Amino acid sequence: MTGHTLAQKIWDRHVVAHERGRELLYVDLHLVHELSPQAFAGLDERGLTVRRPAQTVATMDHTVSTRARPDRDPDPLAVAQRRALRANCERHGIALFGLGSPHQGIVHVLGPEQGLTRPGITIACGDSHTATHGALGALAFGIGTTQVEHVLATQSLLLKPLKQMAVEVEGVLPRGVSAKDLALGVVHRIGFGGAAGHVVEYRGSTVRALSVEGRLTLCNMSAEAGARAGLIAPDETTFEFLRPKRFAPQGELWDAAVADWRSCTTDEDAVFDRVLRVDASSLEPTVTWGTTPAMSVPISGHVPTVEENANAAQAEQALAYMGLRGGEAMTDIKVDRVFIGSCTNSRIEDLRNAAAVVAGRRVADGVRAMVVPGSMLVKQQAEAEGLDDAFRGAGFEWREPGCSMCLGMNEDIAAPGERVASTSNRNFEGRQGAGARTHLVSPAMAAAAATAGHFVDVRDLLP
Amino acid sequence: MPLLRDDIDTDQIMPKQFLTRVERTGYGDFVFHTWRQDPAFVFHDARFRGANILLTGRNFGSGSSREHAVWGLQQHGFDAILAPSFSDIFVGNCVQSGLVPAVMAEDACIRLDDVIQREPSTELVLDLDQQTVSYGRSVESFEIDAYTRQALMLGLDDVSLILRREATLAAYELNRPAWVPQVALDSEA
Repeated sequence: MTGHTLAQKIWDRHVVAHERGRELLYVDLHLVHELSPQAFAGLDERGLTVRRPAQTVATMDHTVSTRARPDRDPDPLAVAQRRALRANCERHGIALFGLGSPHQGIVHVLGPEQGLTRPGITIACGDSHTATHGALGALAFGIGTTQVEHVLATQSLLLKPLKQMAVEVEGVLPRGVSAKDLALGVVHRIGFGGAAGHVVEYRGSTVRALSVEGRLTLCNMSAEAGARAGLIAPDETTFEFLRPKRFAPQGELWDAAVADWRSCTTDEDAVFDRVLRVDASSLEPTVTWGTTPAMSVPISGHVPTVEENANAAQAEQALAYMGLRGGEAMTDIKVDRVFIGSCTNSRIEDLRNAAAVVAGRRVADGVRAMVVPGSMLVKQQAEAEGLDDAFRGAGFEWREPGCSMCLGMNEDIAAPGERVASTSNRNFEGRQGAGARTHLVSPAMAAAAATAGHFVDVRDLLP
Repeated sequence: MPLLRDDIDTDQIMPKQFLTRVERTGYGDFVFHTWRQDPAFVFHDARFRGANILLTGRNFGSGSSREHAVWGLQQHGFDAILAPSFSDIFVGNCVQSGLVPAVMAEDACIRLDDVIQREPSTELVLDLDQQTVSYGRSVESFEIDAYTRQALMLGLDDVSLILRREATLAAYELNRPAWVPQVALDSEA
């Protein structure tokens, strides 16, 4: 009998029943945010309640203002939606890390930093970037509103068995090349949506060497490759990260947990349906040029011409929307806005990396740059380290935690035609505001672009 | 209605400014809101008015998990989407609301596009049971996973199916490890 992959092992441990070719999977942890009020309404219509409130945790992130708090939110619909979440949490006995909580934050930052995200568990959340939690060895699925209702009602999900894909990364990431560049490189190689139907396990010496923050960035962008989930086998790095967290198991429970988590690995003889091998030493700081996250090139490269793209019609549309000509050097592209934040890159290490580039420099004239920490805890830690002063002193805005410009559901949007260097995960048309042009980059590359006023190779700025 | 463009993401199908509503209905007018500002967009082409099948490109429904995209397409009048591939989460959402995500080979999509561009009044018959799309004397087949097909045909509802398993679910819960996450309500003010 052949061995099992990590994802198969976690899956198998959570199968409750088989149903017409689907499997009923138990959900250990359900993360909720303010955008799914219809799920609670659906529960009411069925006359059901939340099955396991203690396995359900809510926050407010997508629509919150990032201005100093308390704040008068100018959007009455967003205010009403958050009020609905608070009422639903109170009614159903769900812990809410909402506005006003010292623990509020982006749902995919909050789970890991509170020690709720753990190896070997299943997680569901009504958000496509739920794969982020796989960085700690969890099997985590993004779902839609109706499925949120299902998880609230039954603490389980009917899912189609997944195909297994390995992304094997070997070698040392060159100086100035981060987990974000690796993620963009992987998405470029797999293609936007190319891993549909698969769960991706990131493996190899490069992945082992990543910090948990770096792993979270890498797993986060599994969504852009189209994967149903992404994950990394837990190791000492994972355990060290989790041990001091607020909700981490304590004492004997911790020992039992770690003993179990050590078995959360892919067997030597397991067979993957697909394998992608990446040589870490071949990677460079990367920038997207188009309107899907797979449309990226190294900073030393140029905007591809229509002819250089497999899909000419799509490339033409992307270049027109982005206001770019094929052949332009990436370093000639000027930026108007810089956004450092999002569930991809708003953690303490991301902010440290960006701050290191900013030291001794200033935001270029005509550029508006903002840093939005991923959570209240990240903000607090950054302020303890003086990063807020470093950013503010250099001309960056230092904001309150939330999803912010990643999807622009609050006032943090770019104007039509404005070009944004963004550490988020999606460069779709209109994502950061109607007509806004998004280039995805690492935190260090975003900071470098902010100070230069155009994209620049961060390796030239590092000591 | 032909919209043969690859990688149409849910931000295009249902832009973010409509996600703060608490209702499940009323999204039909918002579908492809930004693209509809362009008078040349296919939605304004009178020849395709009233079409209830959308023919589109690869990786349809990619990106955000917002189910509002499915609600919008349905409430605009679409009953089925034909495309060479879909994003997984989008397909999951389709099943919940009864929108048919039919996977048709790319060359078949292009053939069909040729036909409807030439003759916009062409009537397509989508047979979920036989998994075919027929028009005139031509028949193309499409793929749809067995559960999705059954769920759509029989109007299966996941929650009802799961609730029938209550005893199994309860038994499963008795055997979970002790270290799995639990959050008491009073842990958060």
